[in-house]
Amino acid sequence: MASLATEFVGIRSPNPFWLASAPPTDKQYNVVRAFKAGWGGVVWKTLGEDGPPVVNVNGPRYGAVWGADRRLLGLNNIELITDRPLEVNLREIKQVKRDWPDRAVVVSLMVPCEEESWKAILKRVEETECDGVELNFGCPHGMSERGMGSAVGQVPEYIEMVTRWCKQHSRMPVLVKLTPNITDIRYPARAALRGGADAVSLINTVSSITSVNLDTFSPEPSIDGKGSHGGYCGPAVKPIALNMVAEIARDAETRGLPISGIGGITTWRDAAEFIALGAGTVQVCTAAMTYGFRIVQEMISGLAQYLDSKGMTLGDLRGRAVPNVTDWQYLNLEYVTKARINQDLCIKCGRCYAACEDTSHQAIAMKPGRVFEVIDAECVACNLCVNVCPVENCITMERLPPGATDPRTGRIVGDYANWTTHPNNPMARAAE
Amino acid sequence: MTNSPLTPGIVSGRLPAAALAANFADVEPPLDRHEAMVAADRCYFCHDAPCITACPTAIDIPLFIRQIATGTPEAAATTIWTQNILGGMCARVCPTETLCEEACVREAAEGKPVEIGRLQRYATDIAMAKGLHPFTRAASTGRRVAVVGAGPAGLACAHRLAMHGHDVTIYDARDKPGGLNEYGIAAYKTTGGFAQAEVAWLLSIGGIVIETGKALGRDFTLDDLRARFDAVFLGLGLQGVNALRVPGEALARDAVDFIAGLRQAGDWADVPVGRDVVVIGGGMTAVDAAVQSKLLGAETVTIVYRRGPEKLSASVYEQEHAKTAGVRILTNAAPVAVHGDGAAAEVEFAYTEEGPDGLRQLPERFRLKADQVFKAIGQTLAGVPEGLALTGGKIAVTGPGRTSIPGVWAGGDCAAGGEDLTVTAVAEGRDAAEDIHAALAAGRGRG
Repeated sequence: MASLATEFVGIRSPNPFWLASAPPTDKQYNVVRAFKAGWGGVVWKTLGEDGPPVVNVNGPRYGAVWGADRRLLGLNNIELITDRPLEVNLREIKQVKRDWPDRAVVVSLMVPCEEESWKAILKRVEETECDGVELNFGCPHGMSERGMGSAVGQVPEYIEMVTRWCKQHSRMPVLVKLTPNITDIRYPARAALRGGADAVSLINTVSSITSVNLDTFSPEPSIDGKGSHGGYCGPAVKPIALNMVAEIARDAETRGLPISGIGGITTWRDAAEFIALGAGTVQVCTAAMTYGFRIVQEMISGLAQYLDSKGMTLGDLRGRAVPNVTDWQYLNLEYVTKARINQDLCIKCGRCYAACEDTSHQAIAMKPGRVFEVIDAECVACNLCVNVCPVENCITMERLPPGATDPRTGRIVGDYANWTTHPNNPMARAAE
Repeated sequence: MTNSPLTPGIVSGRLPAAALAANFADVEPPLDRHEAMVAADRCYFCHDAPCITACPTAIDIPLFIRQIATGTPEAAATTIWTQNILGGMCARVCPTETLCEEACVREAAEGKPVEIGRLQRYATDIAMAKGLHPFTRAASTGRRVAVVGAGPAGLACAHRLAMHGHDVTIYDARDKPGGLNEYGIAAYKTTGGFAQAEVAWLLSIGGIVIETGKALGRDFTLDDLRARFDAVFLGLGLQGVNALRVPGEALARDAVDFIAGLRQAGDWADVPVGRDVVVIGGGMTAVDAAVQSKLLGAETVTIVYRRGPEKLSASVYEQEHAKTAGVRILTNAAPVAVHGDGAAAEVEFAYTEEGPDGLRQLPERFRLKADQVFKAIGQTLAGVPEGLALTGGKIAVTGPGRTSIPGVWAGGDCAAGGEDLTVTAVAEGRDAAEDIHAALAAGRGRG
């Protein structure tokens, strides 16, 4: 079996599956259970300044979005950073790291934007002999109202400044956790890099209201009839996270900056996708909160089997998809495909027809006996029929070979051409 | 209790009261909310859905399932009732496995259709429990329509006519309205007095009067009705029963009587049944009689059908239900005599074979022990008023139930065309009502 042993900014773990800073990593009891289940590492739930403990709401902390059969697709929370005394957390972290030396223990931190505050806590955290720190610049709720969390993460200059303090006042690796609640993830990532960050981890949760109660007219989760935006996570945010990871992985300035990928990772497959887009480790929360810690066993066996089947090492997989992430303008406009419906697999539901006829290009004919066929002269290859078809692989996209004539445009298909040289592009460069 | 399944003869109380109550409980319990959500979620919301085409009343099934899935079963019930005012009963008794659920694309995809019938029951049960009746009567037209037969066809016709503002009088020969819904369906398919509750709910639209105990040909004639009403709808059902035409026939009982008696019984323990029961026939009536005989505590119950298994008109689902209940099904055996001295003791059968000239009996014979014998070999139209053209033994109709006599429409089992199903009767009654309404509006009607 392929080895999943991971070294990430000098931090070793037996596999790349870490638990993200969140309720599952709030105390020794949970973390020990996680390590017993097989997790490679944890990012301990965010510690704050010494002093009176953080106060949480006493009503519901989570809201949810469900899919079919109440499958949890998205979770939102308004929980704050740890509400346990700093001293207790530090003592437990030290104990856990001592008991589990082969596992990664990274500590998440969030203190006010003052150098002394960071200096003070870094010193105490370093004494636990943990493997590194993660700067929580991501939480969008509660703490951000006090100038911390995403309030820092949304200002690249603050990220750079705090990261620099942390590197100055600590020997530990520093991971900077980024908020997705910005317009362009590259700016905070570049700021972290300039500040000396060893890695970035992303994404933190997305600002969200999961639902509105139509009887009480309160947002959910509802606290005495009122709600506050929370942080959204779970499978629903994975596409957002993948894009942000890819943007950093392929940006000229941040390329090569280690990434710990976070966002809706539920199975080994999700994890492999993040790794292929450049993540060195992945962090999981919602899946564990939904199913418990044992899911890591599926992640470990699944990733190892996949690597074996591909004859790849974990290192081979890392970043493998990054070169294939490009700008729209470079996409091959000579890649002409047509939808093909496999009549043997078709169950005749007609969803492809409804989707194409009502909302797309009228490129599917409904023939007697509920036979659905693609009209090549109309099909723009949008893929919507593939996406709405309930039967996997029933509808596929088939490429027209170069030299063939596209019945829709009457053009002969070429090998490669993109927008940069297209005659309709006023900015087109002359062909060389 | 002194009797048991082994007690000879036709006796009651073969099983303890608790066993009888359990046996005659809802054969398919209603879905709870969670189950309904899971079931509804499986619907693909097909384009021009095959299930709608397969439904004789053309209920917009994907729409009502989506309405259930989004937490509005009341709206779902309205969608159902708009097409099928007896949607509650049809949800219970429709052979969905040969109609909507057979057509469901999930059946093609994975051999497991969306549970359309049970979802329909979920929606209609909720809406009825809330007393919702989402239809109102139009301003009275002053037109009067007679409906003969308070079965599914007649009730559906009457409700639609009442909606259009016509005054309807329904005549029915029996003591209670409902027709086969009240008298002709296995008790475990429609428990808790549902048939009468549904009729009461249907009548709540107003403008409909039911006169029970009034039979066509006995208490009034078709000419009387044509003279007194602007239009007449005949939903007579099939009152005759086919005969075996074998020696000893008098020792056999009509299965429909047995089924009707069961439905009207106050206490299952009072219903007598044989120790060894033989049911002759191969349709739903045979299954209903056989299964209920078994549920009452008969020791052995055998359905015997003269043709091959592929010709059984009871659906595969019904056949499986019977077998699970412990009923044996024999095919290719035709009765030649019922033996017994004053009461049935045995039925003698000849093996049969399909040949080029049709079914023929083989010389080999066998006998089945039987202290009770039921005939379930089909019902026939009886007591048809003179002057009505017939075809294939049923009232000939054109278009939406127009008979050969102007101003007289017919639908349901008594009319030619369509399967003899509750849902088909509802569709025919409804469509005839629309045609009657159009005719009355156009000044036609009474010929």
